[in-house]
Amino acid sequence: MTDAAILSVPQAESLFRRNLRDFRRNRLAMASLIVILVFVVMAVAAPLIAPQDPNETDLLRRLQPPGWAPGGDWAYALGCDGLGRDILSRIIYGARISIFIGLAVIFLATGVGILAGLAAGYFRGWVDVVISRVVDILLGFPYLIFAIGLMAMMGPGLMNIVLALAYKEWVIPCRVVRGETLAVRELEYVEAARALGAGPRHIMWREILPNILSPVIVISTIRMANVIILEASLSFLGLGVQPPTASWGSMVSDGRAFILEAWWVSTFPGIAILLLVLAINVASQGLRDAFDPRFSE
Amino acid sequence: MSVLLEVTNLRTEFATRAGLVRAVDGVSLRVARGECLGVVGESGSGKSVTFSSVMGLVRSPGRVAAGTIHFDGRDLRGLAPEEMRAIRGRDIAMTMQDALTALNPALTVGEQMAEVMIAHDDTLPSARGARRSAIRDRSVEMLGLVGIPAPETRLRQYPHEFSGGMRQRIMIAIALTCRPQLLIADEPTTALDVTIQAQVLELISDIRARLGMSVVLITHDLGVVAEHCDRVMVMYAGQVVEEGPTDQVIGAPRHPYTRGLLASIPRPALRGQPIRPIVGQVPDLVGLPPQCRFHSRCPLARQGCLVQVPMLPAGPGRQARCLRLEETS
Amino acid sequence: MSLLEVTGLSKHYAGRPSLVQRVTRDPGQVVRAVNGVSLAVERGEVLGLIGESGCGKSTLGRAILRLHEPSAGRVTFDGTEVTALAPPALKAMRRRMQIIFQDPYASLNPRRTVAEIVGLPLALHGIASGEEAREITARVLERVGLKAGQLDRYPHQFSGGQRQRIGIARALVSNPEFIVCDEPVSALDVSIQAQIIALLLELKRDLGLTYLFISHDISVIGYLSDRVAVMYLGEIVETGPVAAVLDNPRHPYTQSLLSAVPEIGARRDRKARVRLQGDLPSPLNPPKGCKFHTRCPLATGICRSAAPQTRDLGGAHSAACHRLDEGLSLLEGGR
Repeated sequence: MTDAAILSVPQAESLFRRNLRDFRRNRLAMASLIVILVFVVMAVAAPLIAPQDPNETDLLRRLQPPGWAPGGDWAYALGCDGLGRDILSRIIYGARISIFIGLAVIFLATGVGILAGLAAGYFRGWVDVVISRVVDILLGFPYLIFAIGLMAMMGPGLMNIVLALAYKEWVIPCRVVRGETLAVRELEYVEAARALGAGPRHIMWREILPNILSPVIVISTIRMANVIILEASLSFLGLGVQPPTASWGSMVSDGRAFILEAWWVSTFPGIAILLLVLAINVASQGLRDAFDPRFSE
Repeated sequence: MSVLLEVTNLRTEFATRAGLVRAVDGVSLRVARGECLGVVGESGSGKSVTFSSVMGLVRSPGRVAAGTIHFDGRDLRGLAPEEMRAIRGRDIAMTMQDALTALNPALTVGEQMAEVMIAHDDTLPSARGARRSAIRDRSVEMLGLVGIPAPETRLRQYPHEFSGGMRQRIMIAIALTCRPQLLIADEPTTALDVTIQAQVLELISDIRARLGMSVVLITHDLGVVAEHCDRVMVMYAGQVVEEGPTDQVIGAPRHPYTRGLLASIPRPALRGQPIRPIVGQVPDLVGLPPQCRFHSRCPLARQGCLVQVPMLPAGPGRQARCLRLEETS
Repeated sequence: MSLLEVTGLSKHYAGRPSLVQRVTRDPGQVVRAVNGVSLAVERGEVLGLIGESGCGKSTLGRAILRLHEPSAGRVTFDGTEVTALAPPALKAMRRRMQIIFQDPYASLNPRRTVAEIVGLPLALHGIASGEEAREITARVLERVGLKAGQLDRYPHQFSGGQRQRIGIARALVSNPEFIVCDEPVSALDVSIQAQIIALLLELKRDLGLTYLFISHDISVIGYLSDRVAVMYLGEIVETGPVAAVLDNPRHPYTQSLLSAVPEIGARRDRKARVRLQGDLPSPLNPPKGCKFHTRCPLATGICRSAAPQTRDLGGAHSAACHRLDEGLSLLEGGR
């Protein structure tokens, strides 16, 4: 008998790579990823791409229609708003705000959520009671009203928006992490690590966290779409970034007054929000399908 | 004894990412009326898939690709799905290894038994009251038959209110409700403790004798087969490798795999003697060449074994899939 | 002196008390998973611990290692009282006392490589690091029948039997003296099971290990143990040298357990059988008196009222039963 048979190996592919391959097979998700990438590139390279200065007002071009419509000018492809600013350029610059706030809130919230969730799920007892009660209370507030209240207290500003949204957003990853931690901590490999002499820090970071990261990443992506909508809502209500900085939400809001005579002012930023949110949602579905074993065959 | 179930050259395939898996490859078997056939094999041997195929329960990505299945003179593979449904549960019943997941947690035991009867029993009275009391009487009788105390009250309980051994009994009771001619018990005692296992196995043997039905006992435990089966069929990597009367196969195994399996069982009587396990592991079923599947682990393997091996006679009523039978007699 | 001595060890799990119970100071329901167990394991021997599911045998193994903190009792290992150790000393003790788990899938972290899994004790105890740790890990892997070239693979790339070998390697890498084997072969196929049993015995002989071997399988226990302890509902009912307990079981539970095992070469009609009625009682609400009396065919009045004391039967064989003196044997009656 040779060793070759003893050592024959079922599959030589890491779990992560298999997940990634699953994701790549999903065409819709890949298309969404491309849409997201386009937006990211737009945000990063805004000064290079934008045809006009987004904040330059020109009353002569007030409510100028899009390039293809009568009276339009292709240099201002998507038309101009009530102050004669180029809508396309403002959408390109607005992507910066949406994506920055989306990422910042999600990173902050996920970081805090992981710490709190791990602590609650691993130590249980009073730590869990305290954290879970705080989570329950925060969940009791309607999200938008809570954020509006905070913005009203802190005043507008980019960092304040991030804080106002992250204040409550962390409970989502926290609950996911806590639940997964409770399940994983009972598994034998965690017990094995304890039997080998490992302490809480090693167990939380090295044994538990890597095994619960997939659902956290998936939920965070889904939530990012939500955060972008919330930011747009805050800006729409005038509580977001301050003018003249371009933000999709405030652009939609600005266009309200002219919705009958100049539909393009509200519509194009609205489409931008829709596209980005839709793309993130579809991509996160794909992520979930690929990384969550419950959804793959 | 007349033949109740006859399967010839059954082949069941599963399309997987890695390729086509022949989970069952050329299995032929017979079950006589009133007989208990033991089917032994390790995981991946195809023992459960063989009988899922008989029951018509193989689902995509799997399919029965070839072979014939005759039950009580009828060709099961030629039946329409609804005809097959009528046979399942009425003429052939199957119990699953895990009684907890095989029973519906949302229905009482009585409701689950009634469902089977309503689906299959044409002899039930049509008047509502009479029908209900007939169903109840039969359910009480079946639960009593499998040794469940106070069957009238137990009928109104849900599966989670029973212990593991009791749930296995209930599943057997449900399987027996329509007095099937053949009971396929898939690892009926694997999830149970020894003392409970003994109760359940004795129950199956007892009911078999009383109702005169045939039983197929799928198990990985040769001890269970030795005590309860008339004939035994040993499977390895999707094929039958040895088949014959239990006493003879276990007393004097002819196939090297059966011999290895028997030698692998630790026994208190062998204390202090080295155990001689079969080396290596079951081959990957994807893309297996048509040659003896055991040769990579076989102590008797030669160059000449790398050919397709048919079942060869190995004594009266016995067969084995091995070219070295003269060395094992 | 024995390598491991366990005295009066208990592990009770309290259900979460309700508000009313908290106010009234009612302790609520308590599961006595392990109840006052005493046993000793000599250096170099295999003590087989046998019992059905729910009898508390796994909890006992984990309480001995303090993976589950015992509720009462004492564990002494090589003269050191394990139950009195502070965390740093306990951590050091873990090098010497190890465990192998039942489930080869749940017991290996799927996100870590074999090198990380097996090498973990080396890093945790500062035994070795870097290249040296890799070398030691590779050596241990080869010792359990795997290849050094498989160090960077992940658990899912191995079969069940191979994974169990990885678990064994992990337990061995810190050079322990004592290993709790918690049903290490129960999840494996017969032919693989035999490979692992052979490996465990070989390792024991070559490395001078001592095992507490937990199993529900009497054949396995009977094959590889030197002494046997039989557990029922959190208590040890019979203990003794393997030959004495298996050939001459004295406790009615042991007798029925042995007769229930299906045996090759003995057909049902030729074998004496003791059939236990009913199921294991709930440990939440264990019977009074002798815990076995609800299923015992020999039970009398005293069995229902008083718990039996463990009685020495000579030759290191002992059992806890009221009716030992009367010479009653279920097996003899059946023969």
